[in-house]
Amino acid sequence: MTELAAYTTSTGEAVQFWVLGTVAVIGALCTILMKKAVHSALCLAGTMIILAVFYLANGAYFLGIVQVVVYTGAIMMLFLFVVMLVGVTAADSLKETIKGQRWLAGLCGFGFAVLLFAGIGNASVNEFAGMGKANAGGNVEGLAESIFTKYVFAFEITGALLITATVGAMVLTHRERTERAKTQREMSEARVRSNHLPPLPAPGVYARHNAVDIAGLLPDGTPSELTVNKTLRERGQIRDVSNEALDDLRALEQRSADRLERSPKTEEASK
Amino acid sequence: MNPVNYLYLAALLFAIGATGVLIRRNAIVVFMCIELMLNACNLAFVAFSRLHGNLDGQIIAFFTMVVAAAEVVVGLAIIVSLFRSRHSASVDDASLMKL
Repeated sequence: MTELAAYTTSTGEAVQFWVLGTVAVIGALCTILMKKAVHSALCLAGTMIILAVFYLANGAYFLGIVQVVVYTGAIMMLFLFVVMLVGVTAADSLKETIKGQRWLAGLCGFGFAVLLFAGIGNASVNEFAGMGKANAGGNVEGLAESIFTKYVFAFEITGALLITATVGAMVLTHRERTERAKTQREMSEARVRSNHLPPLPAPGVYARHNAVDIAGLLPDGTPSELTVNKTLRERGQIRDVSNEALDDLRALEQRSADRLERSPKTEEASK
Repeated sequence: MNPVNYLYLAALLFAIGATGVLIRRNAIVVFMCIELMLNACNLAFVAFSRLHGNLDGQIIAFFTMVVAAAEVVVGLAIIVSLFRSRHSASVDDASLMKL
């Protein structure tokens, strides 16, 4: 190779590799083992940030930044949006449809890892060239030079791919309206005909909380279904605090009775 | 440490991602595992770029990123429309071509 060939990296990079590499593998394992999709997405985002650090350490400065901006910034947030849209509680059913599939899949993965490791181990790569020469004129400048000369055709095809993807996403998620939208008059007429004329009650009324997922309480202390959003109701994400409110009320009555030195017994006696 | 270790890490992440694709049945998580595999490939490309001392590997990784972005957009759109028609993101439920 060239005179730039080296055999080991600096100690600092080795320490960074072993520490962050461990975290990256743990993040990857958490991605496939976490039960909820949100947790998986967050673990994957952590792994991707660590990979960005590795890119920077390998002299790929442009790719390191792009990894943070595009992958953790755009793609993972897109994942989180879809998780929100599809429903956080759409959890995996943990029942196996094919018996023993999970263990067989784990075995396959292990065998695959062994195969890849053996392949890399067989290749005799003891020395490496390093990025010193390639990055001499600047990493971004070097990349730009290659992209706009040697790879310009691939780069232009990429533009066509992106446009196609955009159109495809719009076509796939677009929903044709099958019925006419209701006019304001029809909506108000339907409302008058329904049993509930005034606006729906707000969440949290009399419940000592005003969060949207807490049902308002009726005068007798039972939660009212009308007060919370339909989506939350269907997902079963309503918090029931009616017992707390009733306990508070009971405690308040007890305290006022103590204060007025009036016990339930004397009250009954006076009657 | 030799930069070959980056290749070993990439292989490990790729294998973990492949296992995830086989194990999980939530379509979104399967998709995340595919992203993990793509990222592992990118790490291998960047490491090779350093081993050989030229920028070609980084350019391939850059194109991989672009393709991954396009793929994510279309894939998530498919998952959303599947969820709309079946009210489930499980890949087992999508066994029929048409509902």
